Amino acid sequence: MAGKVNEIGLSKGDYQGRPSTLCLGCGHNAIVAQMIAACYELNIPPESVVKLSGIGCSSKAPTYFMKRSFGFNGLHGRMPSLATGALFADTSLIGVGVSGDGDTASIGMGQFKHVTRRNLPMLYIVANNGVYGLTKGQFSATAEEGLALKKQGQNQYVPIDIVWEAIAGRASFVARSFSGDPQQLKSLIMAGLHHKGIAVIDVISPCVTFNNQDDAFHSYTWGKSHEVALHELSFVPPVRAIKVQYAQGESLEVPLYDGTHIILKKLSQDYEPTDRAKAMEMLEQANEKNELVTGLIYINPKQESLFDIYNLPETPLNRLKPEQLRPSPESLEEINQLMY
Amino acid sequence: MATKTEEPKPTQHRLSGVNEFSINIGTVNGSGSQTANLTLLRAIFKMGIPVSGKNIFPSNIQGLPTWYKIRVSQAGYAGRRGLADIVVAMNSSTFADDQDDLVEGGLFLYDDQIEGEIDREDMISVAIPVKKIVREAKPHKDLRKFVANMVYVGVLTNLLGIEMEPVKEALEFHFKGKANPVEFNMKVIQLAYQWADETLDLDLPWRVEPRELTKDSILVDGNTAGALGSIYGGVHFVSWYPITPATSLPETMLEFAPKLRVDPDTGKHTYVIIQAEDELAAIGMVVGAGWGGLRAMTATSGPGLSLMNEYASLAYFAEIPVVVWVIQRVGPSTGLPTRTAQGDINTTYRLGQGDTEHILLIPGTVGECFEFGWKALDLAEKYQTAVFVLSDLDLGKNQWMADPFQYPDQPIERGKILWEEDLEKIKEEWGRYRDLDGDYIPYRTVPGNRHPAAAYFARGTGHDEFANYSERPADWENNLNRIKNKINSSRPELPEPVILKQRGAKNALIAIGSTDAAVREALDYIKEDGVKLNYLRLRALPPAEGVLDFIRKHDKIYILDNNRDGQMHGILSLELPEKATDLVSLTHIDGLPISAEWIIEQIMQEENH
Repeated sequence: MAGKVNEIGLSKGDYQGRPSTLCLGCGHNAIVAQMIAACYELNIPPESVVKLSGIGCSSKAPTYFMKRSFGFNGLHGRMPSLATGALFADTSLIGVGVSGDGDTASIGMGQFKHVTRRNLPMLYIVANNGVYGLTKGQFSATAEEGLALKKQGQNQYVPIDIVWEAIAGRASFVARSFSGDPQQLKSLIMAGLHHKGIAVIDVISPCVTFNNQDDAFHSYTWGKSHEVALHELSFVPPVRAIKVQYAQGESLEVPLYDGTHIILKKLSQDYEPTDRAKAMEMLEQANEKNELVTGLIYINPKQESLFDIYNLPETPLNRLKPEQLRPSPESLEEINQLMY
Repeated sequence: MATKTEEPKPTQHRLSGVNEFSINIGTVNGSGSQTANLTLLRAIFKMGIPVSGKNIFPSNIQGLPTWYKIRVSQAGYAGRRGLADIVVAMNSSTFADDQDDLVEGGLFLYDDQIEGEIDREDMISVAIPVKKIVREAKPHKDLRKFVANMVYVGVLTNLLGIEMEPVKEALEFHFKGKANPVEFNMKVIQLAYQWADETLDLDLPWRVEPRELTKDSILVDGNTAGALGSIYGGVHFVSWYPITPATSLPETMLEFAPKLRVDPDTGKHTYVIIQAEDELAAIGMVVGAGWGGLRAMTATSGPGLSLMNEYASLAYFAEIPVVVWVIQRVGPSTGLPTRTAQGDINTTYRLGQGDTEHILLIPGTVGECFEFGWKALDLAEKYQTAVFVLSDLDLGKNQWMADPFQYPDQPIERGKILWEEDLEKIKEEWGRYRDLDGDYIPYRTVPGNRHPAAAYFARGTGHDEFANYSERPADWENNLNRIKNKINSSRPELPEPVILKQRGAKNALIAIGSTDAAVREALDYIKEDGVKLNYLRLRALPPAEGVLDFIRKHDKIYILDNNRDGQMHGILSLELPEKATDLVSLTHIDGLPISAEWIIEQIMQEENH
């Protein structure tokens, strides 16, 4: 990669973050790698990106890409509100939010639904592993019913589908991908970065640590060749990562680290992702068949965004001069006349 | 300490007569009584006589009892009076209680349709044929309910000598010049006036005589003042969630910002106001905006404040400027949403987990609500921290007479923000949390700064001077202590206390916020009885050195709190432990503003034993 630069003269190194402290093999690292690749290939200046996150393993991820971008690791479940305020400061900035299944579908469900409803222009990635990692292995709201975890026993509840919630919440771009499918993930990230409005990508991102049936995946081997961005992680003992490859229209059963199986089905090329009702119907049918659909599931590129509602100046609000912010003394005299 | 809240015995108030009296009007919520009450208030104000109004209202849209207290005071006293000289009873459900609100010999006006017992003989009672007068005016049936209250306006206009022209002006103001409602309401008022003129022959000590005392004044509530002050303070971003009694603050911004904050060249708005889904989101958006380099604020009350706890802690620790207006109501819990208290001093001062101590500005007048509106934004950006403005329902929602709003006398302060060219010039190595100037305040950059070295990663977790994640003990300790020093260093920059001295006074009283009006009245009164107290009104926390000096110089200091536990008393005792035994806590908690009578009683008891 040495010496190679993109069209704005930046190397991939200019898009790197700090060394990852996530477990080696964690699906989130693959998301990080695809964020870097997507922004590099799209020639996005790192300074024009703002990274936002909540709390959890997922929310640590923004530290590990694009250290030349501003970032804010906020509060659990409350990244959407933080992003809303921050992105109004300069609406030319590209907002990238990274959240998790606990952060979005449990504690943050309220803010998630409201940020989709407001259609805040930003990429909203959910690194979804069905489990709480930082507190060492509790079920999340997206965990499969019946899933067994070491200390938790069997999950008694039905899962929340983040894609379904996003579409119901009127998000204007909703996709699902898999951290082990770098090509698809990168394409969706690139599309999401170009979307004017909220682009929600639910990324199934297996947790390698809180898996209690670790003999299921011996056939998958961790390889430097497909996780280039993570060379710096060599101090973490190597474990396996999942990688799948399949063609459009095919279904594939993929065993996960936690011992369950999910069925990935790529949407066929004739699927038209612009009809909200059809998207929901398709999700429901897939759900009945126990399939997990990936790809771009819904998009409305014309939906009015939050910024469109406000009559904002071209100059970013945070660059307005003090004299543009304080009304005149004469206007205060008029106000005083009204106070009676 | 005493927490007795009984009112003094029903005797004539020492101030009673021409241009010195109070009216207590009991009505049903949602019956249009606010229009009638404001008409009376504004008409008296227009006649040049100082007047103030307090709405004692229920947490309800329609049907529950509500009271409006008008205090006419040529001497300028605006505190709540314990008992009224005149009571208007329009609500059958409070008929008995309303009689108890009257001084001996007071005037009791009531709707003749109310079937209730007159329990007191020591008052002048007059039944008004409200229904009959309204019928004479022939209102549209939809309006009948709303104009009934204009009857007491007409009767009082007659009995008190209020002039008809200012009444009409008040209605024109209220209905924004719309002829129909003004004419119709005037018709009812005139019929009632006529009825009183023909029927009643009372020799009352209370009446109004025109003066020239309000010509240069305004009549306004604290929330309106705070909203306007913030608009003149250049606020960019407001996020809020409806809650009584704070709602009118952002709503006033929604009304005025589109007029005041339009760029004349482009016609674009220089602000954003967004109603959040809850207080968790309101403060989250404000913290995001503050971090993004916007002057950001929210307004809330106790329950919402509780929800803002965690983001307030983050703002403190990640050093993000935000302003939070707290319009206190009565807690704990949902409490009394429509009544007043000063019970959130402790919660606000230390809002957040771990060691936190915020800057609090505490306005005591509507003028200060305006002033602290812009000042809070300056201080938040200067010290890169959360600044709270602690008001309350009495100040925020009631009508107070004041000097006109004063244009800010200082330019907008944006604090230490580095843009691209500043980063080029800066000599020492910049780090987001590095104290380069030795004043504990680091320099910050904001998103949108395109300099390759501008970015940093903000977080609520441990961090070093360069904002990198750190669990090193020294990093944690140094950073947290620097923040404490930073907040402490703000003390001389915060609004200084207001001190009122009396020659020879050895004892003193300290109060905060909206109790100011009642305190001033009480001090004037006890002075006549030979009890002299110096008075300090504290206007900010952490307290200025002047406050501590004041305490040191007095033998005994009363600390007045409108809360059960004497929260300000506790804070000052901790500030000056060596003087703690000389601090006497006076506490009051019944949901009402403290009256001068109550303060007088408490102090006289203490001073006389």
